[in-house]
Amino acid sequence: MSETLYPITVEVNGTQRTAQVPARLTLVDWLRDELRLTGTHVGCEHGICGACSVMLDGEPVRACLVYAVQSDGHRVITVEGLVRLDGTLSALQDAFCETHALQCGYCTPGMLVAAQALLNMTPRPSEEQIRDAIGGNLCRCTGYQQIVDAVKLAAQRLAAKS
Amino acid sequence: MKAAPFEFVRARSLAEACERLRQHGADAKLIAGGQSLVPMMAMRLTRPAHLIDINEIATLKFIAVEWDAVRIGACTPQRVVERNEALAAQLPLLRQALAWVGHAQTRNRGTVGGSLAHADPAAELPLAAQVLGATLTLRSTRGSRAVAAADFFRGPLTTALEPHECLEAISWPLWKEKHTGSAFTEVSRRHGDFAIVAACAQVAIDDSGKCTRAGFGLAGGGSIPLAFPALAARLVGTRLEDNTIKGAALEAAGAFDPGGDLHASPAYRRHLAEVLVARALRAAHAHARSTR
Repeated sequence: MSETLYPITVEVNGTQRTAQVPARLTLVDWLRDELRLTGTHVGCEHGICGACSVMLDGEPVRACLVYAVQSDGHRVITVEGLVRLDGTLSALQDAFCETHALQCGYCTPGMLVAAQALLNMTPRPSEEQIRDAIGGNLCRCTGYQQIVDAVKLAAQRLAAKS
Repeated sequence: MKAAPFEFVRARSLAEACERLRQHGADAKLIAGGQSLVPMMAMRLTRPAHLIDINEIATLKFIAVEWDAVRIGACTPQRVVERNEALAAQLPLLRQALAWVGHAQTRNRGTVGGSLAHADPAAELPLAAQVLGATLTLRSTRGSRAVAAADFFRGPLTTALEPHECLEAISWPLWKEKHTGSAFTEVSRRHGDFAIVAACAQVAIDDSGKCTRAGFGLAGGGSIPLAFPALAARLVGTRLEDNTIKGAALEAAGAFDPGGDLHASPAYRRHLAEVLVARALRAAHAHARSTR
């Protein structure tokens, strides 16, 4: 018995993508396995670790807890979509490099999405707000301090520019 | 892909969702935010043949602040509720409770109705519904019925919802007393986890500082969230002195019969219950006083 396939059209990082997907395919598996957007990582696959975070209609969500078919007609931004228009790293991504906010890099895409979502809504976040925003993302390397430092640094630079 | 195969339909209206539920009965499951259902399906703890997505039904997403109640559509995301200033001004307990619920990523998807319908015994919103005496509107092709929170929660992950029914809206009563305060507190292993024990309280005081109305409750380790209306009624007329609060907390903890698991023993949970009820009542009282 073959599984039913469902047509979907999703705006991914500004481009309309269409596909036929089985209902049980998660958004993160579709992004990685079919669109080859492997920046988004698969961690726990049940909503605990935050590695698969993407923005859905501008808000961060866990892409392992959304079926691809549910994203039909919506907008998705992955870590690949956070770079500047010319393809260079964003202020937040630069700050992550400078403060050593990553070691193994597994949590980094999810951290970047969560932190960028915070900065989009709250350009001058307090440390408490930063810690709350990345609270749903597990990092086993850094102890989180450098990640908090990176978000602070990016916020300062973005504020200085505006 | 980790879930078992299923057929998917995006319901365009509540009527369509109800019709699909009528067709498929217990073989179907509604999906709202999916923040508990999708993990359960990934682990194959549940494997519905049909998934009915209610996320695109606009009439299930609303917050209506009325004179004596706030009505919230079942599919309203938790994040939308916590950000609503008009709601927070009238019913701060919901924002206070949501501060303990998961993380930004899960609250963006997770809905108010989904949390209530899922009925995890350690979840925050069911406890708030129980303590405030919320009323839930359940819809099916046969019509709608209103169920009080006290009758809605039946056991762990078990509610009064029949397989053919969809939670439509939740009505949260507003206390009209001028000096009303509330608080929510809990202990969990990590912030955002389900509570080991959670407590919340809402109290009203008059201009002289006397308690005129009170409600409080506990969740975590039991089978359903509990409110203690008889104990709360005994706080009325007091000035919520610390001894009074401690006495109520001790009695509530005595009536609380939690189970043990690898995170906490029953004795530890009862200890937490006493401490957290007292903390919630003190904080709610302080909040009420700050409105004078």
